[in-house]
Amino acid sequence: MTKPAVLTGEYFMTGDVACAEGALAAGCRFFGGYPITPATEIAERMAIRLPQVEGCFIQMEDEIGAMAAILGSSWAGVKSMTATSGPGFSLMMENIGLGICTETPCVVVNVQRGGPSTGLPTQGAQGDMMQARWGSHGHYEIIALAPSSPQEIFYLTITAFNLSEKYRLPVLIMTDEIIGHMSEKVIIPEAKSIKLASRPRPKGRKDRFKPFAPGPNGVAPMPAAGEGYNLHITGLTHDEKGYPVMDVETQTEMMARITEKIQKNLDDIIQTDSYLLDDAEIVIVSYGVSARTSMAAVAEARKLGIKAGLLRLVTIWPFPEDQIRKLADRVKGFVTVEINLGQIHREVERCAGGKVPIFLVGHSGGTIIHPDEVVKMLKEAF
Amino acid sequence: MQKIPMTSNKQPDHPLDDLIRTDRIPHIWCPGCGIGTVFSSCLAALKGSGIDLQKTVMVSGIGCSGRAAGYVKLDSFHTTHGRAIPFATGLKLANPELNIVVFSGDGDLFAIGGNHFIHAARRNMDMTVICVNNLNYGMTGGQVAATTPHLAKSTTTPAGNPETPFNLPLMAYACGATYVARWTMLHIRDLTDSITEAICKKGFSFIEALSPCPVNYGRRNKQKPLDMLKLYQEKAIIKNDADPSTLDIDFEKGIILGKFIDLDRPTFIEEYDKIYRPSRLQENVPELNS
Amino acid sequence: MEFWRIPLDADTIQVSRGIVHILEDRCKGCGYCIEYCPKQALEFSANFNQKGYHPPCVIKPEECVNCHYCEIICPEFAIFSVESLQTTELKQVRT
Ligand SMILES: Cc1ncc(C[n+]2csc(CCOP(=O)(O)OP(=O)(O)O)c2C)c(N)n1
Ligand code: SF4
Ligand code: SF4
Ligand code: SF4
Ligand SMILES: [Mg+2]
Repeated sequence: MTKPAVLTGEYFMTGDVACAEGALAAGCRFFGGYPITPATEIAERMAIRLPQVEGCFIQMEDEIGAMAAILGSSWAGVKSMTATSGPGFSLMMENIGLGICTETPCVVVNVQRGGPSTGLPTQGAQGDMMQARWGSHGHYEIIALAPSSPQEIFYLTITAFNLSEKYRLPVLIMTDEIIGHMSEKVIIPEAKSIKLASRPRPKGRKDRFKPFAPGPNGVAPMPAAGEGYNLHITGLTHDEKGYPVMDVETQTEMMARITEKIQKNLDDIIQTDSYLLDDAEIVIVSYGVSARTSMAAVAEARKLGIKAGLLRLVTIWPFPEDQIRKLADRVKGFVTVEINLGQIHREVERCAGGKVPIFLVGHSGGTIIHPDEVVKMLKEAF
Repeated sequence: MQKIPMTSNKQPDHPLDDLIRTDRIPHIWCPGCGIGTVFSSCLAALKGSGIDLQKTVMVSGIGCSGRAAGYVKLDSFHTTHGRAIPFATGLKLANPELNIVVFSGDGDLFAIGGNHFIHAARRNMDMTVICVNNLNYGMTGGQVAATTPHLAKSTTTPAGNPETPFNLPLMAYACGATYVARWTMLHIRDLTDSITEAICKKGFSFIEALSPCPVNYGRRNKQKPLDMLKLYQEKAIIKNDADPSTLDIDFEKGIILGKFIDLDRPTFIEEYDKIYRPSRLQENVPELNS
Repeated sequence: MEFWRIPLDADTIQVSRGIVHILEDRCKGCGYCIEYCPKQALEFSANFNQKGYHPPCVIKPEECVNCHYCEIICPEFAIFSVESLQTTELKQVRT
């Protein structure tokens, strides 16, 4: 029996399930995955739901295959997704690079758990944030989003698809075990209220079409296989026609294409959220589940008379550099709160440029950070 | 030297020119390399098969053989090392109308990509996989492969290969491929016929094409380009329907060629449609109705 | 090259005739076409092509039976044969 892709209504749902529902609402019709705690529930949900909406689910033989499969399905013209956790994310890296190089829209969800290696399979962490930025070899730009609740993961999964289609690249959702396994109220709106984006489509003569010639916003239109364009798509350095050319000039041009389409559209891509930031003297920078901790800590600190505020990063990559720089000019200091030993912290440090002191409330993973630890830092450091 | 003018000013095009990116010819393959012949045979098969070429896609991995995708004038994808098959799986599942040909090397398909091969065959994923078996890693300069004969020399087995190579048709058969054949690049008409059959057949088809790599394998094992072809000629034993377990490559006793397997079983998509597509979903997953 | 003689035994054996075309600059001089032509109709030419290889040349054009083997073994898409019009004429003569 067919069911609608958008299950409009009010639910009590885990983050993982909300992520799957967000994907379906965004138009995702292909999922290739491989089971891994704590992301398995996304695959399980997609296995049931995709056939209901005329989509296709496949459990691949590993995450390398899963990532390759979603690139293939995307080139067949279908919005595609995979979901994993640290060990699988590591295996996907080479093909994420292929997705970047071939400008292939798709969404990769990482429900983070404690690492390195097999680490803490059932316990949350935020230790893959730098891997999300630089995990595949070579220099590139990427988009990564960090939801803080099941409701937000629903919406951010839609955003992830929209951005991936608009800018033609893999978009990462960097959530964590805690959000993935947490059940909260999720409202799924009516289908017609959801704004969807699709990859720019080519016009004009097929024989003259160049699959990597950038359009007005720096992004090239994208046909699908089987439409008569005789596409050649390669992970080798290629020109606008898609043909491999092994020279410095072509490399420079290609790199400009894949980086500038992001760098020139930062305002459209970057989203942040704030809490009591306007008059804040100390800014907590946090994201994902740790932003919830931080919000509680800000409320507590205000009671104690400490003028703290929260800058919640919704977009992690590209990093909201400008916002941190501007804040650094007017505040007394920053505290980064994250479940790792200082990854985004270094980015904040870099952007604050030594203007004000910066502290880290970090954790090696396995549990959330308690708001008391953040309050303690606020009291001691400032 | 003065060129003698031809009767017509324009030389006619090669009969396969409409299927190659002539602006990229000559290709990168070395003089005497057999990949070009296998590739040409594949194009002839595509042309002769009568399938809709606009709906036909070639997917390759990385290696000399993997460069084929860059020369075919069809939708073509040159992916990562070993990952042509899962990439092709995504293409096929997202658009079942596409005809998929995976064209790649022995190292790509059976070492780094071996796991994907096994599972695509097991699932009976509808695609034709053509493996150019040149007994080594050509592109990286002649290292040992999962197909290098025992005792053969390579840059990483300088005193001879201590390992035992795969019997590729046996592997394909054991994993569930529904069409399995082996030819050499000298047995071109048979090879083309097999590829044509495989393309027209639904299900996972596998064709191994033995092919010389004179520059790396040949040089280290004292075989001139023509020596290898002579070996193919002298040692070939054509034995259709041969038992796959007897197909180890043995250049002394003989190399068995032929079509070994041609059977029918439902493809992944057929099974998926049957079990999962909306009309049948209710009866098969009762808890969904609640 | 233009006109071929009609073989003396034309009415006894059924032969197809071919004209060989060589795209010299694609050739890499492997010699496979020369070695495997069933009629030994080809030989290395003394000329160099643009890349410095010796492409084949047709030394016995009347021998070519249009079997296409040179065409299908060539790894370079550099040689092919087409049916000679002469053949059709021959056939027409015979019927
Ligand atoms: C992940 C990865 N590892 C290693 C390589 C280097 N590499 C390129 S081609 C190749 C081997 C290719 O061998 P085969 O598939 O037999 O192709 P051939 O060149 O012999 O046709 C290797 C190891 C790579 N490109 N990617
Ligand atoms: S290295 Fe070997 S396999 Fe590669 S193109 Fe040269 S001869 Fe062919
Ligand atoms: S078509 Fe046959 S007979 Fe004629 S030149 Fe080629 S190989 Fe020789
Ligand atoms: S087979 Fe092709 S490349 Fe080799 S010599 Fe003949 S024409 Fe040249
Ligand atoms: Mg090889």
